[in-house]
Amino acid sequence: MSADVHHPATVSASTPHARRPAGPIEVPANRSWWDRHGRAVIIAMVRLALLVAALAAWQAVSGPVVDPLFISKPSAIWDKLVTWAGDGTLARNTGLTMQEIALGFLLGSAGGLLAGFLLAIVRVLGDVLEPYMIALYSIPKVALAPLFIIWFGIELKMKVLLAAVTVFFLVYLNVAAGVRSVDRALVDAVRLMGATRRQIIAKVLLPGAMGGVITGLRVAVPYALIGAVVGELVASNRGLGFLMLDSASQFDTAGVFAALAVITVIATILNLGVTALDRRSSRWKPEEE
Amino acid sequence: MGAVLEAADLERSFLKGDKRIVALRGFNLAVVEGSFLTILGRSGCGKSTLLNMMAGLLAPSSGRIAYRGQPVTGPRAEIAYLTQHDTLMPWRDVQHNVEMPLELRGTPKAERRRTAAELIERVGLSGFEKHYPRELSGGMRRRAGLARMLAAAPETLLLDEPFGALDAQLRAELQTELLRLWQGSGKTVVFITHDLEEALLLGDRVVVLGRAGQILLDTQIDLPRPRDPDDIRLDPAFVALHRRVSTALKEGSW
Repeated sequence: MSADVHHPATVSASTPHARRPAGPIEVPANRSWWDRHGRAVIIAMVRLALLVAALAAWQAVSGPVVDPLFISKPSAIWDKLVTWAGDGTLARNTGLTMQEIALGFLLGSAGGLLAGFLLAIVRVLGDVLEPYMIALYSIPKVALAPLFIIWFGIELKMKVLLAAVTVFFLVYLNVAAGVRSVDRALVDAVRLMGATRRQIIAKVLLPGAMGGVITGLRVAVPYALIGAVVGELVASNRGLGFLMLDSASQFDTAGVFAALAVITVIATILNLGVTALDRRSSRWKPEEE
Repeated sequence: MGAVLEAADLERSFLKGDKRIVALRGFNLAVVEGSFLTILGRSGCGKSTLLNMMAGLLAPSSGRIAYRGQPVTGPRAEIAYLTQHDTLMPWRDVQHNVEMPLELRGTPKAERRRTAAELIERVGLSGFEKHYPRELSGGMRRRAGLARMLAAAPETLLLDEPFGALDAQLRAELQTELLRLWQGSGKTVVFITHDLEEALLLGDRVVVLGRAGQILLDTQIDLPRPRDPDDIRLDPAFVALHRRVSTALKEGSW
């Protein structure tokens, strides 16, 4: 068995003649500003027009057709917001609710991330706990409110934890699914390169599960808000939820809508934040046409 | 020249329900250092199982597999493995994929850059360093995989039908390139394929596998190098060898 016979000494690892690999050719697209952004601009304008039209219709209908006691009207809601902004009610209550959302979201998602990665990496643990996690996840979190009042009182802590519990399960489930969806072949590939267990986790499982992490955080954001507001509705004397409840008990429909409007704005801002994060981390996915 | 990789009385079976499926049985093989060995067989003959064991991804059910006399118990840095499917990290661009084996070893960044750039150039992917795998064609992903494998500076390359999914022209191109990269490098190559011509074109020696890894034929390929894929088909020695191997394959068919 002499294999060496076939090796000509004229070796070459030297660079070959300039070759281009078979593949698509890249050419400048020469698109104008309007080609690029025209559609987005039109959509944004239609959206705005729709909002204005809806508000105008609401304003027109309220009074002549429907009793303003039930639906209030945009101008009255605006006045209410201005009043609240003037006397500090708005800032105080919004600030508190935001604080609950932020703390609840941070606490819940940190726990969810940790548990998600841990239980997906330590397979046995995950398999054992899986049905319990699903069962706990299925409990309507609102139903925990009475228990949380007993445990934590009606102050900030109760609302934060109510929000955190909701967030936790959503993040946990998505992260665990994300880790499990990582292609085994990729793990094998780095094992073959001599990766240690820690490197496998850091270089393959973590980035590979990024999709699940983002999805989890994303779906959890509105639930942090729900947790906080529900907590306030159940028992409290401050916050946007309280403001809503308080206004309703005085048949101040404009107040209810004003609080609702603020909550909607907060939700929108939070969602925009998550979308921005999403875009940053998924640059490797090809842009859709 | 001694044997780098040695398999002795190797057996591997898998459990499926209450049945035991034997993928490979009583397998013996010695791979000569610096040689290009092709293993030819139909699907289901245990080729990939064999390679997985050589790579240390799979433990034998019984028997022994040794690399330079030491039993293979897990992946080793000296052995690189290019699988049938792409295993580039989709979240890394070409450059960072190629750098990966060096990164795992803790090679300094500047050196990683340099090695990767050189390898990317060598496999003909210059200009695509910043592209993500999904933005590349199948052939370009293979090239990137090849570059990543070479970045690990392995002594022994295990290739499992690496060009199986490519169009004929691209396959010919990559075969030529693989030979160019290998020739004179002193590296040992074990190349698995189900394509007879590919096996003869590339190898110093071809081993034809039948059912459960039974060796149907084991012969040297005494064709001069460099081999041109188009001319070699007309070479009488090639034609004779082709006939021998194809007869062996047919006799061993099940």
